[in-house]
Amino acid sequence: MPEHFVSDRLARRRLRHVKERIIEAILFLAASVSVATTIGIVVILVKESFVFFQTVSIWDFLTDTQWTPLFADAHYGILPLLSGTLVSSMVALLVAIPLGTIIAIYLSEFAPFTVREVSKPFLEMLGGVPTIVYGYFALLFVTPLLQTIFPGLPGFNLLSAGLVMGIMIIPYVSSVSEDAMRAVPMALREGSYAMGATRFQTAIRVVTPAAFSGIAAAYILGISRAVGETMILAVAAGMQPNLTWNPMEPAATITAYIVQVALGDLPHGSIGYQTIFAAGLTLALITLFFNVLGHVLRRRFRQAY
Amino acid sequence: MGAPTNIGEIRALIAAHKRWDVIFSVIGMAALMVGVLTFAALFIEMIVNGAERLSWDFFTNFPSRKPEQAGILSAWVGSTLVMIVTALVAVPLGVGAGVYLEEYAPRNWITDLIEINVTNLAGIPSIVYGLLALGLFIYGFGLGQSILTAGLTLALLILPVVIVATREAIRSIPGVIREGAYALGATKWQTTSDHILPYSLPGIMTGVIIGMARAIGETAPVITIGALTFIAFLPPAPVTEAFPFLSFEWIMSPFTVMPIQMFNWTSRPEAAFHHNAAAAGLVLVVMTLSMNALAIYLRYRLRKNIKW
Repeated sequence: MPEHFVSDRLARRRLRHVKERIIEAILFLAASVSVATTIGIVVILVKESFVFFQTVSIWDFLTDTQWTPLFADAHYGILPLLSGTLVSSMVALLVAIPLGTIIAIYLSEFAPFTVREVSKPFLEMLGGVPTIVYGYFALLFVTPLLQTIFPGLPGFNLLSAGLVMGIMIIPYVSSVSEDAMRAVPMALREGSYAMGATRFQTAIRVVTPAAFSGIAAAYILGISRAVGETMILAVAAGMQPNLTWNPMEPAATITAYIVQVALGDLPHGSIGYQTIFAAGLTLALITLFFNVLGHVLRRRFRQAY
Repeated sequence: MGAPTNIGEIRALIAAHKRWDVIFSVIGMAALMVGVLTFAALFIEMIVNGAERLSWDFFTNFPSRKPEQAGILSAWVGSTLVMIVTALVAVPLGVGAGVYLEEYAPRNWITDLIEINVTNLAGIPSIVYGLLALGLFIYGFGLGQSILTAGLTLALLILPVVIVATREAIRSIPGVIREGAYALGATKWQTTSDHILPYSLPGIMTGVIIGMARAIGETAPVITIGALTFIAFLPPAPVTEAFPFLSFEWIMSPFTVMPIQMFNWTSRPEAAFHHNAAAAGLVLVVMTLSMNALAIYLRYRLRKNIKW
């Protein structure tokens, strides 16, 4: 073999090696964007909140019962926003958890093949409707409907926003729960049937307990969705901070407050501008807590079988 | 408490237990029907309220103070342009990250860190992405309240969806394909670009479409970065008459998007604007649902056709 031919091939191979390395580096950079995003979120939220907490003490932030940052008599208590978030989430979960669980048990244990094949894409579509459309629906359809039942219900209220939000969350709860139930080995069901249990007894006493941590993870995913939901509440629950436990009243949530401020024109660096980052940090910490809890539960359910 | 001994009692007990099977089937169907009926009510309500507004003019008019003249021209053009930026950013980054995690990543703490981040980002409320964009893209990088900022924000938002879909698609390709390519002397990138990516394309497409359907309906982060709710002009055209015929000025232009236009009309007190909101909602729902349906169809075809 001629000498130059060999060196030529060696050079080409070296070039190819360099190219491979460059591509790997580019792909690694693409993957690191997710880490950079997380760092970005933490840095931005903490940085702006830090400035905020130099003016307002953390104690006031957590205990003051008024949230009026844009008024002359400014109060910075997050409690009214938290109560709005909590009440609307509770209403949503009272809808989504029972219905989502029943749908999951039904689809996993009872439904004939065709019903399941049709329902799953349909539920997925239900979760794919933009939330602003649900907001419109809550304000202009559900609220008037509820007003015929409860005549004193105000035009903005947590109840109708929460109910619609609950419907929106059903697919999240039902699909994760169903996956957990279907991961339960067939042998458990067969054992139960062999003992003479009916389908319902097997579903409730064998499959559901066996899939428990997965179902709990689905609930937590639902909670985290409810807490972070924005547009339904901004449209249908009003934007007035209101420390209340009554779903029949209007109230702002953390997310609705951020929208309200963003719609106005607050100068960068003002205390009003910083409040949305403090509110956002609170929101991010709450959802982070639930996400971690859900992650731990899901990992447990994966290890089970 | 003794078990029933007489055959009649046992039969009655079994029948009673079996009745619960039927009762629960009915309850399950009823629960599903709640979803179906809500969706039907939502759709019918919007058709009743909005169908009359759906005319050619509705798509070619700017928003207006007079509800009967208002249209969604600036909104749908804005949505389209933002989606172009989102796709151009999210698809390469998401597919690249997915390929890296499945094909290249060594088992070490850096890979674990990336994986935890992807999982966690999927659970962060969208409005927090809006705050990130406000602090970083607008006041950090000085990109302004532009189409570029919105596109980047929504790209970060749907990145986890694209990454997860890419990984799942790649994971379903059997190892023998890779081994065959390596046996013929292909490098890692040659294997990836010639075999792994083409075979996983339908799965990736499904994820991208679902992600885009989500991005097009997102309102909260776009409001947070300060998209205007009343825009009566179009961004500069991307094609110009003079050399070099292409202009990227539109990317820095102020804009509005479909969901924000709908939000604006919904929150007005006059009922006439609610008809516009219904019509805009109808357009939005038809758009997102047909994208979702396309993704579901692609996945169905995929499951049916590919047998390794």
